[in-house]
Amino acid sequence: MSVGFHELAEAPPPMTSRLDGELLEISMGPQHPSTHGVFRMNVALDGETVVKLKPVFGYLHRNHEKIGETTSYLGSMPYTDRLDYFCSMTNNWAYALSVEKLAGIEVPERAEYLRVVLAELTRLQNHTSLLGFLLSDMGAWGTPLMYAFREREKILDLFESLSGSRMMCDYMRFGGCRVDAGPDWMERARKVVDAYPRFLDEFEKLVVSNEILIARTQEIGKLSAELAINAGITGPMLRASGVNYDLRKVDGYGFYPRFKFRVPLGDHGDCYDRLMMRALEMRESLDILKQAFEQIQPGPVMNPKVKIRAFKPPIGEAYGRIEGPKGELGFYLISDGGARPYRYRVRPPSFINLTVLEDMCLGHTVADVMVILGSIDIVMGEVDR
Amino acid sequence: MESLEEIKARAELAVPGARIEIILNPSPAQQPSLLLDNAHAPAVARFLRDDPALRLDHCSNVTGVDWLERTISKKVKVKTVVEGEEKEIDETQVESFPGYLEAVYHLYSMTLKHGPVIIRLRTADRGDGARLPSLTTIYRSAEFQEREIYDLYGIHFEGHPDLRRILMWDEFTDHPMRKDYREPDDYEYEPTPHDDVLEKAKQHSQPRPSIDGAESITPA
Repeated sequence: MSVGFHELAEAPPPMTSRLDGELLEISMGPQHPSTHGVFRMNVALDGETVVKLKPVFGYLHRNHEKIGETTSYLGSMPYTDRLDYFCSMTNNWAYALSVEKLAGIEVPERAEYLRVVLAELTRLQNHTSLLGFLLSDMGAWGTPLMYAFREREKILDLFESLSGSRMMCDYMRFGGCRVDAGPDWMERARKVVDAYPRFLDEFEKLVVSNEILIARTQEIGKLSAELAINAGITGPMLRASGVNYDLRKVDGYGFYPRFKFRVPLGDHGDCYDRLMMRALEMRESLDILKQAFEQIQPGPVMNPKVKIRAFKPPIGEAYGRIEGPKGELGFYLISDGGARPYRYRVRPPSFINLTVLEDMCLGHTVADVMVILGSIDIVMGEVDR
Repeated sequence: MESLEEIKARAELAVPGARIEIILNPSPAQQPSLLLDNAHAPAVARFLRDDPALRLDHCSNVTGVDWLERTISKKVKVKTVVEGEEKEIDETQVESFPGYLEAVYHLYSMTLKHGPVIIRLRTADRGDGARLPSLTTIYRSAEFQEREIYDLYGIHFEGHPDLRRILMWDEFTDHPMRKDYREPDDYEYEPTPHDDVLEKAKQHSQPRPSIDGAESITPA
């Protein structure tokens, strides 16, 4: 699509060869405003075109997995908040789900509903802020991000009044949730959800058909379905390439089989599809939330049989995974019968989604690299662990 | 999805010479795994990916596990003849298991939406023999994760296109996720070791830390 603001009197000659036959190597990051944290890319440029790109990790590495092996099972729960610090609720859920698999723990009905509610609220605020960040990366400095943060704030307020913390929620426990949500909390959450479509309409009106945004994102960073599957890409990024794989449908964990929702799929696998995938998924999340508010019944939120202190799951191993806002978030645990896991492994979706960063960036200009990176949706707390 | 026994039988038929062993998992998670022999692992993985009934095209999680060398002492009653009289005496038998490193791959199918099938590869030992064939050519998603295992566990993946450290810096020499890893006395801030640092260095001659409950695991 061309942006024909004004016609050039004479078209510039096409650049066919390098100026002096040498590549320019630049180091983007780690202190780059749009690398979403401390992340570096070694980029080789031919003129303005990327011919090679190697990501460099580890600036935020604190060996989360080793720390997980030296502390009790429950002791890792607050630490999972720090993985993807935007989505602490889904991190909690993925970890709780894996431990529940490992120890064979049942979860009460109300707790399962609360988990769905909180996971979908997390997805809403993650996707909302991602759209803001992505537009910020493209040069729409400030305004869209502030619009997004205004809405995110409402959801963070809900998290705060429920768990005591806005981002580091530490809310879920093995066999349930830490505290129950009162009727007034439900009422507030329902109000936030009811008001959300208005923001989405407004935001989409401003953004989705914007000519500059389309020029910056369509046909940029295309990812084929075959490569996406082979490279283990998950989440909205995979579905933007047209692969119908949503763990909420496939695994049917939690109470997701009880809800009616659709899985949006992209056609082209470019940055625009990845952006739209988030906008469409938010609508489905709102649908799930509305159904959950209707179905949820009073009841206990903790399984009383679960031992909180001296919790020792039986010998064995388990891999549990959920559909996090960024993709498949899994925890692999090996128990030796002791109070601490023998092996504690996080399957970080944003780390594995970066596998194809070079494939997507090759042949595009250096300005597009930021857009492509932004459309992957990474958080360095999870990438480096 | 067919049972693990059927998968094992068909894989052994499809890849001549492959030895596959089923590792049981006693936990309620019901996730047993297949132990592959290193020489045929890429061929078996290719079979698992391409077989029309399996189509395990999504390699979700790749990770390493460190199993230390360990001994289990048991008291056994042995019959012996002492001074012409047959007696039962207690004897302590020490059984030792050699240490090894393990790479675990969790495979799912995106096409047929089933899984997981878990495959494991084991190294010969924890020293120079810590080598495994890379599955990156079959599953691209293993690329960064195998690099991470190389970095944190020190398993050399043969055939990996770009085996470099990924999370630790390039000049780092040890493998922090190993169970017997000790953090260095000083990083870069202390050029001449003294006092606390020297005190810490003395601990290096002491035996390995005992690991909570590790002796109770019996490797299958």
